[in-house]
Amino acid sequence: MTAALILIALLILGSTAVAMSLRNLIHSALLLVLSWMGIAAFYLWAGAEFVAFAQVLVYAGAVSMIVLFAVLLTRRSRADLSIAPASLRRAVAGVLAGGATAGVLTLAVLRTNLQIAPSAAPTVTVQQLGLELIGPQVASVLVVGVILTVALLGAVVLAASDRNDGKEDAP
Amino acid sequence: MNAPANTNSLLERAPVMIRDWIIGFFPESLRWPVGALLAIAAMLAVFGLVFAFLTLAERKLLGRAQNRPGPNRSGLPFFRGTKLFGLTQPFADAVKMLTKEDIVPRAADHLLHFLAPVLVVAFALMTFAVIPYGRQLVAVDIDAGVLYFFAAGAATELAIFMAGWASHNKYSLIGAMRALAQLISYELPLLLSVVPVVMLAGTLSPTKIVEAQANVPGGLIPHWHVFTPWGAVGFAIFMVAALAEANRSPFDLPEGESELVAGHLTEYSGFKYALFFMAEYFGMIGLTGMGATLFLGGWQAPCAFLEFIPSYLWFGVKMLSLILFMMWIRATLLRLRIDQLTRLAWKFLVPLALINLGTAAFWSRTDSWSGPLQFVRWAIALALIVVPFVVIGRRLTAGLAPRTYRYAT
Amino acid sequence: MNTLQLCLLISSALFCIGLAGALSRTNTILVLLGIELMLNAANLNFIAFWRFNPAPLPATGVIFVIFAIAVAAAEAAVGLALVIAIYRHQQNIRLQDATRLKG
Repeated sequence: MTAALILIALLILGSTAVAMSLRNLIHSALLLVLSWMGIAAFYLWAGAEFVAFAQVLVYAGAVSMIVLFAVLLTRRSRADLSIAPASLRRAVAGVLAGGATAGVLTLAVLRTNLQIAPSAAPTVTVQQLGLELIGPQVASVLVVGVILTVALLGAVVLAASDRNDGKEDAP
Repeated sequence: MNAPANTNSLLERAPVMIRDWIIGFFPESLRWPVGALLAIAAMLAVFGLVFAFLTLAERKLLGRAQNRPGPNRSGLPFFRGTKLFGLTQPFADAVKMLTKEDIVPRAADHLLHFLAPVLVVAFALMTFAVIPYGRQLVAVDIDAGVLYFFAAGAATELAIFMAGWASHNKYSLIGAMRALAQLISYELPLLLSVVPVVMLAGTLSPTKIVEAQANVPGGLIPHWHVFTPWGAVGFAIFMVAALAEANRSPFDLPEGESELVAGHLTEYSGFKYALFFMAEYFGMIGLTGMGATLFLGGWQAPCAFLEFIPSYLWFGVKMLSLILFMMWIRATLLRLRIDQLTRLAWKFLVPLALINLGTAAFWSRTDSWSGPLQFVRWAIALALIVVPFVVIGRRLTAGLAPRTYRYAT
Repeated sequence: MNTLQLCLLISSALFCIGLAGALSRTNTILVLLGIELMLNAANLNFIAFWRFNPAPLPATGVIFVIFAIAVAAAEAAVGLALVIAIYRHQQNIRLQDATRLKG
């Protein structure tokens, strides 16, 4: 049980750390997909299979696609893909800030007396989730729907090129 | 639900009985992993053979469609003169693929170039786990099976991107970008066409969706989702989107051999190329299997008195006819252009799928209508679909003159 | 240290890797991905607390994560559209160069 968790943790943290330090953007993006899959594995480990599959579908299926697309659209040559190293000051500052936050969070987690349930994992079926979403959470579902629609329209407006919307031959 | 004599016939239980017999040789603690391995081995064997003969069927079918015989030369070794209609062609192809030189471009991204074909087959195989092939034949019966299926299916396109990018070839890269654009466009109608089924069956588990389409005892008309207004439209959208998901003609733009050499496959040779080919067929098998499960009643027989035929045979017949239908489409239709492809998805299929969702909601609310009201229900549901179909179709084709053919009569 | 604390440590490590990445990289896409990772770390916490809650609520943590995933997807779409818009204006996506709004 705990061994599986540690394996998953190594997968997540290792792939993320390497991804964040690589110079090649495509490799970073693909490693992050691996890390998102690891997070899905964590959800499976915790017994939340619906969320795990949603994570794979949304992150490995959709977000990674948009990221790769953006990477390919924002470069002029293949050499563009290997990014120039960040200035040393910036890198050190970033790592220091991350490390300081890590220290604070670790201390906080270890000092807090957290009670855990002695019983087995809570189970939630897809049907329960659906009833919960349609029943008590229906307002939030509507709000999320509106957010997604607005985000979609906003993304189209932002990314749409305003020149060259000419008369390409119609189908 | 069904007469017990039908459901418990010997043929029906045969696969499960064989599995239990083999598992019986192992100690208690090993039974679960052995059972899982057996399921994997059986699936690999069956679908490996199905893949081999599907390639032959496709070549034969395309050949007939183009008025030529297709492969008919390969016979048996040591028996010269036996031709067997070219039935051994797949094995000859396999030997050829295995003995070919494996070429990796010098500038390629070696790791990704190697990983891509492995991953593409792995993800395609993962989708097989949740499809119910028969009454008791499902490898992993999970609650969110449909979601799992589409999650694993979406990941295959990532492997295709890896192949295109790692090859360090402009054609490959264009193929990869097309694959991404296609996936982003067609994932949406594919999922939206499935939502009504999930909504009316009230579950995401494929086995329960099949059970929801069970025959009424003694009934003659199949109680499948495709025989409802929303189901028919959903099935049509699903099949179009499935063609795009499986990169099949007329949506095989990532490959596009007339303009991109072979798209993301340009720099692959030998067995790696064969793996991509395999993944394409596995994807097709998975998608048609899921289509049959969701809309065509899965392993259910069309009417009650035909239930003496084992359920897995029914499933196989449905899946194979859908695959043959895809091949027929490949032989018939021309490849689309990328802008036409995305336009079809975003401006036609997505609105239609959303409207179809409304129709399904209407259908489920009027479940209690009977007698003459049944006709009203059908009329309203059909109107809810046909009117938007005509209106959107007219809007999209407005301003286009009828096509004229200068050199054909 | 119990399992819940282990989960929380994992998620805080993930959060900090994301934070360090977002602060130290200059490529806008990587910065966005770092932020995405921080969101994911929060999701890990939700699931961990849901899993080990002494007084279990049936679906709260899971529902929260579902909403978070939806919002994260929207964020990624808008963010990358912004990246493409920036690229069109200044021909690169280095974050330091996008200073035109600076007073």
